[in-house]
Amino acid sequence: MIKGNVHKYGDNIDTDVIIPARYCTAFTEKELAPHALEDLDANFVKNVRKGDIIVAGRNFGCGSSRENAPIAIKGAGVSCVVAKSFARIFYRNSINIGLPILEIDAAVDEAENGDELEIDLTKGNIKNISKNKTYHVPPFPEMIQEIINLGGMVEFAKRRIEQKKLQQV
Amino acid sequence: MTISEKIFAAHCGRDSVKAGELVYANLDLVMGTDVTVPLSVSVFNQIGAEKVFDNKKIALVNDHFVPAKDIQAAGLSKTMREFAIKYDIQNYFEVGRSGICHCIVPDSGLVVPGDLIIGADSHTCTYGALGAFATGVGSTDMATSWALGENWFKVPPTIKIIYKGTLQPFVSGKDIILHTIGKLGVEGALYCALEFEGDIIDELSLADRFTICNMAIEAGAKSGIIKADKKVLDFLEGKTNRKFTSYSSDADAKFLDVIEIDVTNLEPQIAFPYLPSNVKPISEVEQIKVDQVVIGSCTNGRMEDFRAAAKILEGKEIAPYVRLIVIPATQEIYLQMMFEGLLNTFIHAGGTISPPTCGPCIGGHMGILGENEVGLYTTNRNFKGRNGHLSSKVFLCSPVVASASALKGFITDPREV
Repeated sequence: MIKGNVHKYGDNIDTDVIIPARYCTAFTEKELAPHALEDLDANFVKNVRKGDIIVAGRNFGCGSSRENAPIAIKGAGVSCVVAKSFARIFYRNSINIGLPILEIDAAVDEAENGDELEIDLTKGNIKNISKNKTYHVPPFPEMIQEIINLGGMVEFAKRRIEQKKLQQV
Repeated sequence: MTISEKIFAAHCGRDSVKAGELVYANLDLVMGTDVTVPLSVSVFNQIGAEKVFDNKKIALVNDHFVPAKDIQAAGLSKTMREFAIKYDIQNYFEVGRSGICHCIVPDSGLVVPGDLIIGADSHTCTYGALGAFATGVGSTDMATSWALGENWFKVPPTIKIIYKGTLQPFVSGKDIILHTIGKLGVEGALYCALEFEGDIIDELSLADRFTICNMAIEAGAKSGIIKADKKVLDFLEGKTNRKFTSYSSDADAKFLDVIEIDVTNLEPQIAFPYLPSNVKPISEVEQIKVDQVVIGSCTNGRMEDFRAAAKILEGKEIAPYVRLIVIPATQEIYLQMMFEGLLNTFIHAGGTISPPTCGPCIGGHMGILGENEVGLYTTNRNFKGRNGHLSSKVFLCSPVVASASALKGFITDPREV
């Protein structure tokens, strides 16, 4: 169960404002997190608490393929990004590194900055405690859910490598 | 089936697939750069991979922060170089024998029609101009693909865009794609393949087709793709001896949408800050002073781009206090520009020539914008802060608009110089 406060942003939040290229000579959470969302909201890193949730509009994470973007967000302590839609490379990257993401319209429209949300990822439920409203997100396709359940692509790929070795025997 | 569906079917050993299906598919090429490879190397080690799936099907390109912009960047290239040596990667592109990935990779014959390609760079969709399905991924996907030679994909639905009419002088592939992104919006093709066709596409040079497919991502698309024709076969001549299949969409293929665009009245287009979809025809653009003009990038760094840009500058000098930065996309293009005298033209006009690099396009180096400065770039994105100071602004345009504007010092219609 995830619980945290909302940091709300608009549509088309691009990877350049999530983590500018000037920091992309690094790729660890430790190095990137202090600059997460720096060019969008200079106070974000100061304000964010462990477990907090980013809520945003359409096409979150558009732009570059830099995996540094979800790494910076995860490293800053964000437990989940809820958006109306995600740019597809950001979507894959988040799932691959084990940053939970949820796609839903209503919960985004009705959430305000600072609202407290409780998210049950296994059931796909988002509860806005401040507004006393609950939303349901449709489940991920099975293959993607399996990657999520394993905490990301690293464990998934390890298994796939083993499977392939067995197939070759 | 659409071209894209046919390519996925062929790469997952099936007769047919449908948009929306999740499939595992085999890859023909996995491409990465100095900025994305080092993280992949770390993931590759974490997953316990002992070898790469095929050392001929991996391309590693020094382009983003090269020649190394600082000590950290030197470290990134060093990590990539060591990986290339360790696994004997056949397509490793070193500084001096390299270029911007989306130009050097197809120019080296590493892309053929019908290929399924991923690249850890969002503009990998460029290769669709040769009839390949190519899409951008992140570093973890690249790492697991190096190990497995496959990845999972959701087969995308396709939006077909048909261009008709007559293209006017000084209007290019860049204007066509900027106009299209303006119509679709930056998420108008989210998760979709964009298939470009029509008489106009047939007439366009490959350089213009690369430009068009390159910016498919700016409409949110997974790929841009154009059916391979004779121009593609001519381009590949002497570059590769790989056998390939050229696919085209069936008459009864299902498209999510079919959009017809008549380009007859299309003017040069300008994308205003801070989105590539924020497009206006040049006749509606008021006088906007520019500090720096950049001609180059994976979008517009090819010979055809420089020839067109140089023609406008020939024997002339750019406006005082304007910086013009010209970036040949590859060493080969750099040499060709020298042979054709284009370097002379740009330098005599007051421009400076950068070695091949992504540099200013990502705000890396070789021309970062200062406080409140205005750039006019032939690149692909103008997000806030991307190219320098947070208060700087970048407008996007074609090479001829860039040249004409460098001459005047403000955004200028190339038909008026």
